[in-house]
Order: sequence, then structure tokens, then C-alpha cells
Amino acid sequence: MTTMTLAKALNSGLRAAMELDPKVLVMGEDVGKLGGVFRVTDGLAKDFGEQRVLDTPLSESGIIGTAVGLAIRGFRPVCEIQFDGFVFPGYDQIVSQLAKVRFRSQGKVPMPVVVRIPFGGGIGAVEHHSESPESLFAHVAGLKVVACSNPDDAHWMIRQAIASDDPVIFFEPKRRYWEKGEVGETEPAPLFSSRIVRSGADVTVACYGPLVKTCLEAAAAAEAEGTDIEVIDLRSLSPLDLGPVFSSVRRTGRLVVVSEAPSEASVTSEVAARVQEECFHSLEAPVLRVTGFDTPYPPSKCEDDYLPDLDRVLDGVDRALGW
Amino acid sequence: MSRPQSWVPTDPRSVPTREHVLSGLHGTDEGGAELVQLLTPEGQRVSDDRFGSYAGDVGAEELQGFYRDMVLVRRIDREGNALQRQGQLGIWVPLLGQEAAQVGAGRAATPRDMIFPSYREHGVAWCRGIDPTDLLGIFRGTDHGSWDPIAARFHLYTIVIGNQCLNATGYAMGQKFEGKVGDGPDTEATMCFFGDGATSQGDVHEGFVWAAAYDAPVVFYCQNNQWAISVPLERQTRVPLFQRARGYGFPGVRVDGNDVLACLAVSRWALEECRTGNGPVLIEAFTYRMDAHTTSDDPSRYRLADELELWKLKDPIERVRVNLVREHGVQQDFFDEVQAESDELAARFRAFCAAMPDPAPDRMFSEVYAELSPQLEAEKAAYLEYHASFEGA
Repeated sequence: MTTMTLAKALNSGLRAAMELDPKVLVMGEDVGKLGGVFRVTDGLAKDFGEQRVLDTPLSESGIIGTAVGLAIRGFRPVCEIQFDGFVFPGYDQIVSQLAKVRFRSQGKVPMPVVVRIPFGGGIGAVEHHSESPESLFAHVAGLKVVACSNPDDAHWMIRQAIASDDPVIFFEPKRRYWEKGEVGETEPAPLFSSRIVRSGADVTVACYGPLVKTCLEAAAAAEAEGTDIEVIDLRSLSPLDLGPVFSSVRRTGRLVVVSEAPSEASVTSEVAARVQEECFHSLEAPVLRVTGFDTPYPPSKCEDDYLPDLDRVLDGVDRALGW
Repeated sequence: MSRPQSWVPTDPRSVPTREHVLSGLHGTDEGGAELVQLLTPEGQRVSDDRFGSYAGDVGAEELQGFYRDMVLVRRIDREGNALQRQGQLGIWVPLLGQEAAQVGAGRAATPRDMIFPSYREHGVAWCRGIDPTDLLGIFRGTDHGSWDPIAARFHLYTIVIGNQCLNATGYAMGQKFEGKVGDGPDTEATMCFFGDGATSQGDVHEGFVWAAAYDAPVVFYCQNNQWAISVPLERQTRVPLFQRARGYGFPGVRVDGNDVLACLAVSRWALEECRTGNGPVLIEAFTYRMDAHTTSDDPSRYRLADELELWKLKDPIERVRVNLVREHGVQQDFFDEVQAESDELAARFRAFCAAMPDPAPDRMFSEVYAELSPQLEAEKAAYLEYHASFEGA
């Protein structure tokens, strides 16, 4: 058990995967000498060399497109997209090739590629640096989408993602990069699983990524007022592992789904739809959502209003309880 | 007023002449002074100081082989068109007129080289040993290509225009990372096929940039067939396409795409350059799409039949036939044998197509993932149960 930041936990996870398998490559903009703009790949180029840690040309379609070719050759590329809002030049390659080559070839050409994307707001950044585009990937068949929320998960989930023979879009909560936590010696859970991170009896709150911490803080605050919140970290956004959510809702009868992303046609919509399909008779209140708004990500001086915070989560909980 | 044409360093013979334009022709049949040619449209073998030696060893026997390749590939292509008209295929993508561009390149590649096709490369597929019947599923709608891309070293057809240029570059980077470039006995290269329209895509540009940045052993093989569905080359580029390579820092060569020997020679040279560490290379095979873009297209809406007449005189197969007869004394028996073989192949192709079964509904769920999620397993089980409920109804 070692204490480290989430960024360092990812770094040590990448390092472990690279030591384990010489076919693992790290590639992206500024990931080599600089160590990535968030230093997630710090020191890897020095230790593994330029042919395994590629400072690439500034071109996201190029990053994904060549990673697809490298995977056809038998490599296991781990791509870094520098910021969430920069992934779209690579979206064509992700949707048209990365997601479909296995299916198109009927399994003859696997696509073991990981695309790491720092996502979400809260760091006062300029436009295109604070987005939450995960639903745009969860909608695409052939991709798997996960989001880590703490250092232990970050370390182990990146290793599990690299070991997966399916393409994984790996979302990292950028405003939590510098927060510390303990990283254990063994995998805490399978990659595509959700986890109850706080048990409670009154309301279920499902969340992922940067807002898991927010929801845990909300649960602690609610406890002081006598409300017992169960918090579930979804971790895997596609496929969703909703078994624990269903059993939780069958106990609590109430669900609030929390995310920074806009609510329309999103991961939170999917959770709400499936919970009403599976738990219709257990629900004491409609499934409610606390999310970012259906607007472009605002100028950063507005982001405290845009991002769900402790109070908005508790407001959602109160509405569910007061139904 | 700005006159950009004044500073474009183009060869005036490689753009439509005044007469072409006046008569309404967009494309040109003139490749310009830099066009590499080893066999004239009249079937005469000519020399080329730079590339001639790369086809210097091609004698009557090998040339007969190329003739056979091109005749059989053209026959499959015509059968594909007919099968679409008969309702056996949903669509067909004709290669008519591009046989030499594809067979020359395809026969230049060794079994170790990797090839990334677009979706018109039936002739290259033939050279890679892919049975023509393996192409049918794509156009009949039973699969997305049934060959093994790794074993055949021929990737599946890529339909999104230009995507494969980055995939090919990545593959070639991998060849380099694995030490397959240089002086060793097991060197490799990659060939990437695309058309003139694709050169306007960002992925082709990025492929060029990346290949140059990593010295990737990739031959970019552009079949300039003058038309991107209905849009003529002039809408894609001001300069001849092969000249673009210079801007990326690697050589570009324009070859007569209707001359199988020139395509072979230039491709052999380019692959050798790549294998020995001098890649990438751009080849522009200057050719013409003699048929429609696909069977869903109607070229009479956008181009004049006169253009076809010009290009018929440059037919890639006829010039080889003439050369075989005049310079090698090949007798009629040979041509009859190839014709008979072509008839047999066509019959087998048609019979195979008509007998192809539709895939079962569970095909939809097959190999979407290495590991199907419980959710998708449930979706599959529910649909198959629903589907089965109609049995006997």
C-alpha cells in the first residue's frame, strides 16, 4: 500500500504495463520529454526510449489512425489525447476504424488500444479544456468506456484497460490528478464493474469520475442531517455494470444520477432508462439527475454554477426524498 | 488581380488543354513530361533511365502472367457489375481501366509486405492471393470482407475515404520499430492505396506528415483516375498530385497507370526505397476510371463520352497483348487459353455468388467485442428468442 497522487498512480500503472509487455507503446502530444502536460507519462520516455514513448506530431486523427495500424501490427498502443475537447479530429478514426476493425474482420484483427482522455472541468481553463464527452463514446458499439475516480482505481484500471483486447476509452478526472490516495497491491475489482463506495439506506447516488468525491462529501454532509446516502461509483460507462445499482435501488427506492456532462442523451439518461426498466416497482420517486447543463461548457468564471457541487447533489437527494 | 496559376509550378501538358476545355472535357489523358512509361499505348517497349532496370528482367513469360492477371481481374470486374444488375449484389465498385495500376503494384509487393487497400482494389487483392469470391460478401451484404488480413498481408477494404493512410503509416511505423527496415534479409514495407479524391482528406495529409516524421517504410500509391464520383481532379488540386510529395519531404513519381510494366518498376523501386530506410514514397498512377464510381452512379450526368474514347486508346491490356505478339511472338493459343480460363473463373464466381447463404441473425453480435458484455449477451438472447418465436408461424 503506497500513497500517491492520481497522476502518479496512472504513471506507475503505465510503467507496470510497459514492463510487463514490450508491445505496449505510449503515444501522444508532449508525452515524451515533457512527460505530458499533466505529467502522467513523466519519466517513461527516459526509461523506455523514444520507440516506446512517442512524442507525436500534433494531430489527433494521426494519433488514433496510426495506433490502429500499430495494433494491426501487433502492438498495444496507449494514446494520450491532451484535453477532452481535442479528441474530435480523432473521432472519425475512433468510430470508423478503432471501434469496428474487430467486428469487420470477425475477430481476426483485435484492437487492443487504450485512448486516455483527461476530462471534466473545475480547473479554470479556457474553452475546449473542460468538457465531458464520454456519452459520445459510450454510444459507439465496439468501444468500451471507463472513468476512474481515485488513485487506486487509476493505477489498476489503466493496467486492466491495457490488458484488454478491446479498445478502451479511458477518462481521467483532470481536477483530481493532484489528489492523493492509497494504491493497493492487487486489483480492487474487475475493470468493467461498478462499486458501492459508501453504503446507505435512504437514497442511492450513482456517479463517476471527478464527482465521486463530490458525492461522498455530500453523503457525509447529509449524514449529519440524518440522511443515509449510498454512493455507487459506476467506473465502467460502457458497458454499464448496473447490477449493484439495481439492488441498491430495490433497497432505497430512490436514485439520483450525477455527472458533469450535459444530461440530454447521455450516460445518465441510460442509467435512468435502465433503472426504470428493471426497478419499476421498487421506485418511490422518479430517477432524478444532477448534471451539467445542456449548453456548451461555459467560460470558466461560470463553471461553479455549471458543475454539480455538494449542494446541488443534496438538492437532488432532497427532491428524491420529498417526492 | 491575383493569378495563382502563374506561380503553380505545373507542367502545362498535365492539365486539360484549351481544346480539352473547349470540348467540355475535364480530365486529361496526357500525363506530362515526367510520366514514367515503359510500354507505350501502341505496345512498344521503351526505355527509362531511372526505372527501366526495375522491370528489366521481365521477359515474355512474366509479361504473359501480367496479361493473364489483368484479363482475369477485368473479367471478375465485369461479372461483378453484371451480378449487381441481376440483383445478386447490392452494389459493385468497378475497376475497369485500372487493371495495370493495380496488377503492376500488386505484383511488385513481396509476401512480407503489407497492403492497405481502399475499396476498388480487386486487382491488388487478386495479386495477394485473395480469391475473388472472398470479395463478394462485401457487396452482397453478408460480411465486411472474409479474408484474414494478417495472413494475407492485405487489410480489409476501407470505405471511409483516406482513413487507411494513417492505418498504413502506423503499421509501417511498427515495421520500423521491429527492425524490419535496413539491410537485413527480412526487410518489409507497406503499400497504401487511395484515389485522387482522397488526397483532399486530412487523414491523407496526416499520413504523409507522420510517415515523413518517422521515416516510415510506406509507399503511398495514389490511383489518379481523374474523377471522385462526379468531381474532377481540378477541384482537388492545383498541382499534379505527385508534386505534393516534395512539400512533405519525400519523393513523388508519376507513372503511367495504364502501363503494367511501368507500375511494376516504379512500385518495385519505391518498395525497395522503403525497405532500405528511404521511405516514404508517393506514387501517382495516372489512369482513368472507365466505368462509373459504383453501380449506383451515372457518369453521363457529369462527363462526356469523348473522354472515354481518348482513354480507350490507352487501354492497359491491349498494349500488353500487342507487345506479346509483336516483340515476343506469342501465339493465339495463349490468348485463347486465358480467355477460356476467364470463362471458367467467371462461371465459378457467379455460381458462388448465387449460392451464398444469408448470415444468421446472431451474426450481428459476433465479434463486436473480444468479451461481450452481459448487457449485449442479454440483448442477443432476447432477440434470438423473439426471432425464433416466428419459426413455423
